[in-house]
Amino acid sequence: MLDSVDVTARVGEILSAHKGMEGALLPILHAIQADFGYIPQAALPIIAQDLNLSRAEVHGVMSFYHDFRENPAGSHVLKLCRAESCQSMGANRVAAHAQKALGIEWHETTKDGNITLEPVFCLGLCACGPAAIIDGKLVGRVDEARIDAIIGGLK
Amino acid sequence: MKIYLPLDSAAVALGADEIAHAIHTHARAKGIPVELIRNGSRGMVWLEPMAEVVTDKGRMAFGPLTLSDVPALFGDLAAHPKALGLTDDLPWLRAQTRLTFARVGVIDPLSLEDYRAHGGLTGLTRALGMDKAAMVAEVTNSGLRGRGGAGFPTGIKWKTVSEAKADRKYIVCNADEGDSATFADRMLMEGDPFTLIEGMIIAGLACEATKGFVYIRSEYPIAIEVMQKAVALAQAEGILGASVLGRGPAFDIEIRVGAGAYVCGEETSLLNSLEGKRGVVRAKPPLPALQGFMAKPTVVNNVISLASVPVIFEKGAEHYKNFGLGRSRGTIPLQIAGNVKHGGLYEIAFGLTLGEIVDKIAGGTASGRPVKAVQVGGPLGAYFPRALFDTPFGYEEFAGKDGLIGHAGLTVFDDSADMLGMARFAMEFCAIESCGKCTPCRIGAVRGVETLDRIARGDADAKPLLTDLCNTMKSGSLCALGGFTPYPVMSALTHFPDDFNTMKEAAE
Repeated sequence: MLDSVDVTARVGEILSAHKGMEGALLPILHAIQADFGYIPQAALPIIAQDLNLSRAEVHGVMSFYHDFRENPAGSHVLKLCRAESCQSMGANRVAAHAQKALGIEWHETTKDGNITLEPVFCLGLCACGPAAIIDGKLVGRVDEARIDAIIGGLK
Repeated sequence: MKIYLPLDSAAVALGADEIAHAIHTHARAKGIPVELIRNGSRGMVWLEPMAEVVTDKGRMAFGPLTLSDVPALFGDLAAHPKALGLTDDLPWLRAQTRLTFARVGVIDPLSLEDYRAHGGLTGLTRALGMDKAAMVAEVTNSGLRGRGGAGFPTGIKWKTVSEAKADRKYIVCNADEGDSATFADRMLMEGDPFTLIEGMIIAGLACEATKGFVYIRSEYPIAIEVMQKAVALAQAEGILGASVLGRGPAFDIEIRVGAGAYVCGEETSLLNSLEGKRGVVRAKPPLPALQGFMAKPTVVNNVISLASVPVIFEKGAEHYKNFGLGRSRGTIPLQIAGNVKHGGLYEIAFGLTLGEIVDKIAGGTASGRPVKAVQVGGPLGAYFPRALFDTPFGYEEFAGKDGLIGHAGLTVFDDSADMLGMARFAMEFCAIESCGKCTPCRIGAVRGVETLDRIARGDADAKPLLTDLCNTMKSGSLCALGGFTPYPVMSALTHFPDDFNTMKEAAE
């Protein structure tokens, strides 16, 4: 975890980089998450003051969107598509396998803090499902063996 | 030696980056100079990664490539184990009418020189010589309707914004393509980003808007990167900026990234998100065309709608309008997905029947089992059984069968699909993604999951309850999320009643 001095300094830099932008809150939150890996609580009042919003409004926006995290994720994030096209190719079976192999449910992180498992609704890889994205890298036609290989590669 | 290999997400997900690396490594080892162009995908996803080698006869296609197929690309091409022949002769491509996707897969997506050489900016140049009423009329006459799903006539939307009086107006491109089975927006942005930029500029000229936003979902990292690069290139070349092409008014574009909320594909929710707010749906009126982004007149159009504009201006409204059937004019990029033998993007005039698409173009299922259902139009679209396969692909034609074409994505399911499970998923998805503003959607979807669970436990009394709930959601929801979730649910219940007859099994 970072101390509040670091957060204040870095968030301040991000805010000044977004000065004058129309509707800047989402780009600001994306930039903070790209930097810290999550949105530190300490950042909220600083953003609120800068954008002339209440802290509750900033929290409301942050918590509305699936992408923004309140806490750091594991070292690696494995997202599996749950949408219909991937389901037609066995995504539910593959997801169940991943959950069993990792010993966690959706939105959980393995005990060693290595892998966070998340659902995603569509990566636009609907003609080569089931699809996954691992630390930003897209993978198509994922089956049980592929899941094992992916998990093995992240150890 | 010149080789094309897609940078398209689907190709990359199937190993295109590794193939690209192997091509470079092999070429270096052999001392052969190679120009490797990362293009868009031709849309034949089952053949990805598909490389094309430029020969004196034309571009030759090879795929689906694995690493072991790379060395042979430097040998006798005709004898290559994955040789598919000349790209232009491939039956999947030959049968299409590519207007919007004419350049996708053909050109280097980030080369303006290539773009111009293939007809790019011709439409914009023509638009610059027209007054704004003539531009709006051109779009109206083309018959173009919103390709995002609602099918609202694009020209009428533009006319409203064009005639509105305001100090600022905006063009917003809805690239929050969240529906399962849809990837046309992604492929267009990755394969021909300047077409979208050109379409947005023409919209800006016609409506006197000076600023455009492209709101792209965060699940599309490659599309975001390509669009950002393309906008920077267009700015550097003076296509975007203080004066369009050095002789028009100002117009600039900014790329914005979503944050994983499906509901932001709904236009008013998208506008709130763009303003930095929770992606909550707004009540209409006021229409976004009059009070949109920052309460200013705003055109909100889907990627494919805007990307179809340049070809309409290049070839004329009549040319575009001559394709299609009934009130569905022009072409539609079908996205064939799910359990199919031949999945991908297929642009064709409206009017093919669902059966022709599923059995002939898609070639049936990937698993080889019989087709059970096809969900048309994403998670809010109806499930069609084989009995309705004679439905022609058009807005009114699908509405007449209690369905919708939506963004023209089709998910094919084989006979192992559990339609009760799919209906439950539709409700679960709506519950997760509801913005929470209206009760029928927020609460109804949760009750829907519970009611479907009751049916699954063999409680037949729950079926009329589900029907009643769906009626409430359909007529009482503020937007299409709650309003259309009943389509997949009710179509599953109506067309696949056996999957909902759990009582017998429970009694036995």
